[in-house]
Amino acid sequence: MNAQATYNYKVVRQFTVMTIVWGIVGMLVGVLIAAELVWPQLSMNLPWLQFGRLRPLHTNAVIFAFGGSALFATSYYVVQRTCQTRLFGDKLAAFTFWGWTTVIVLAAITLPLGITTSKEYAELEWPIDLLITVVWVAYAIVFFGTIVKRRVKHIYVANWFYGAFILTVAVLHIVNSAELPVSMTKSYSVYPGAIDAMVQWWYGHNAVGFFLTAGFLGMMYYFVPKQAGRPVYSYRLSVVHFWALISTYMWAGPHHLHYTALPAWAQSLGMVFSLILLAPSWGGMINGIMTLSGAWHKLRTDPILKFLIVSLSFYGMSTFEGPMMSIKTVNALSHYTDWTIGHVHSGALGWVAMVSIGAVYFLIPRLFGREQMYSIRLIDWHFWMSTIGVVLYIVAMWIAGVMQGLMWRAVNDDGTLTYSFVESVQAMHPFYFVRFLGGALFLVGMLLMAYNVLKTVSGARPVDAPIAQTA
Amino acid sequence: MNPEFVFSSDFWNWWIITLTLANILACWWLISWSSKKRPGEAASGAVTGHKWDGNLEEYNNPLPRWWLWLFYLTLVFALVYLALYPGLGKIPGILGWTPQKQYEREIASANATYGPLFAKFAQTPIPSLSKDPQAVKVGQRLFVNYCAGCHGSDAQGNPGFPNLTDNDWLYGGSAEAIETTILDGRSGVMPPWGAALGAKGVDQVSAYVRELSGQEADGAQAAAGKTLFASYCAACHGANGSGNQALGAPNLSDRIWLYGGSPSTLRETITKGRSGHMPAHRDFLGKDKVHVLAAYIYSLSGR
Repeated sequence: MNAQATYNYKVVRQFTVMTIVWGIVGMLVGVLIAAELVWPQLSMNLPWLQFGRLRPLHTNAVIFAFGGSALFATSYYVVQRTCQTRLFGDKLAAFTFWGWTTVIVLAAITLPLGITTSKEYAELEWPIDLLITVVWVAYAIVFFGTIVKRRVKHIYVANWFYGAFILTVAVLHIVNSAELPVSMTKSYSVYPGAIDAMVQWWYGHNAVGFFLTAGFLGMMYYFVPKQAGRPVYSYRLSVVHFWALISTYMWAGPHHLHYTALPAWAQSLGMVFSLILLAPSWGGMINGIMTLSGAWHKLRTDPILKFLIVSLSFYGMSTFEGPMMSIKTVNALSHYTDWTIGHVHSGALGWVAMVSIGAVYFLIPRLFGREQMYSIRLIDWHFWMSTIGVVLYIVAMWIAGVMQGLMWRAVNDDGTLTYSFVESVQAMHPFYFVRFLGGALFLVGMLLMAYNVLKTVSGARPVDAPIAQTA
Repeated sequence: MNPEFVFSSDFWNWWIITLTLANILACWWLISWSSKKRPGEAASGAVTGHKWDGNLEEYNNPLPRWWLWLFYLTLVFALVYLALYPGLGKIPGILGWTPQKQYEREIASANATYGPLFAKFAQTPIPSLSKDPQAVKVGQRLFVNYCAGCHGSDAQGNPGFPNLTDNDWLYGGSAEAIETTILDGRSGVMPPWGAALGAKGVDQVSAYVRELSGQEADGAQAAAGKTLFASYCAACHGANGSGNQALGAPNLSDRIWLYGGSPSTLRETITKGRSGHMPAHRDFLGKDKVHVLAAYIYSLSGR
């Protein structure tokens, strides 16, 4: 068959398989550092096994390797299918796969060696930053090139979100990574002091807003209606929440810098826009969950749909929790505690990972010419392990975080602090153990998935579906 | 002018005000405009007529009421908050609140509540205060929060940070000396001698220092080191190595070490020098609290 008469599934397959691989690697590192917090001797006094070096490896691996691969895979799949045309630039698309994979491998080498810019979620040093920029521009050309040559008039809502994610992440990465190299492995940020902190958190929070939210909402807008076999609940709601979401997210960064050297006006703006963000965020959740109205019974039998719908519930929960934590008086308690870690993971495991897992289970049979996954029962097992794992994780961190916040501010009747810092660390021990259990359960679920995928694709031939005729 | 509201130019002040209000009002316009039904639109419950990838369609259901009101509520909250608090560029807000003012208010209220207790303790000289169980308990609480990070929660020190529970003092163990150390801090600097002594000289001096403290050392090396010690080290550490509290130079003839007494640590100390720093607490804690803290430290060495 002529290559142009089929969709480019090759790059989708590559990124889909790597989503599973990087998911396991990133979560394994996460479970390891969670274990180090329970049993510190696990780091064995080796510098590259220390929490401080492995923690950025964990965050980079789960956000950019696992999450990034899931976004590449699904955006390439969705943009072709909803534009009813083959991906623009086969070679360029292949370059994005090998380029992104190289970035991840370089991250896995440099971070444990302690080579870091020390900017959170932007730790990679300047040569890797340059490679990321080149790969990302190529990604934008492939994605928007495909939009330009689309064969349907209207651009489907999932593509607005993917498009906003790709454009904004390019801007965020370039601005925040502006740095002066002093050697191949060391650079300094061009911004001074409080300005650097503000640029960093403008980047950091928008990495959450555009990488981990807008991108995955794009995923949701395709896979939820497809798997449910129902129309999207409200076109009008999707327009409103899209524009409101992308305009207000831009302002929310300063809530990471409450009660710091950042000027008070910037802190206030960060807080009020974070609160405004509640309704636009929930717009996506409503649109996803209400898409199921009239098909609720499918939840009983379809574990893929369960993954997708429960991911939206976690999304709704963490986008409620976020604005609440941005309120200065709440933040005074929650900031610097494990509550923040719990909040991040209800988003990262509950929303990002679960919606991606649902999408991967949807894609694998279609990319390898199978009717369905090898075992639906195993998907169900995976679903329950993930759900229980996330719940254990976030409940442990809620209790730990609130406890830390209260212990740090407790005073005796002579005005001295009731607890020394180390006493609050000691009090965390049981909760760190529960967190470790929750994370380990989530990881075992991922291994079940890997087994299920392996059984599904073994002996199968990769399939490139023919392009549908436009109506 | 309050530093909270200094901008490099007035342009940025107006830039912030304009963008902020424009974004909030744009959200307001967006939801009020799209909550009204327009002619020719698909009815609620009907699909829009667009179709993608075989079966992807969209309903055109209205915005949920409760969601709409939630959105309006947050917008109203934002406008009210920005009227009351700093946010719109240089405009300070009706309440005149700043973080500095809040901090000063909280400190003033804490001082009013707890100040009398510490003022009462400050009347008692340290040696007798160190026998008052209540004062010692308060001092210990101060210690675990402000001092334990370096000296350890048991006050037994860490490499580079002296043990406070023995009777060996770098700057003196009198009540006055302890109080002065906490109030004004100390800087203990030993210069590096690696270049002046050479590797051989460093080995010889460290052998002599080992011998001084009654540890195992090469006799010939130590003998050579003794001459070098007299010309390079004795000025601070004294001719017999017993130290000098006026300079904070440690006694080298006992078995108590600030950085360690092993041959390799001694060589490192002599080659590269040392720089110890105890921060001043006069402005941070105030004289009365330091007095109580000093009484606790005084009580530790068992006098």
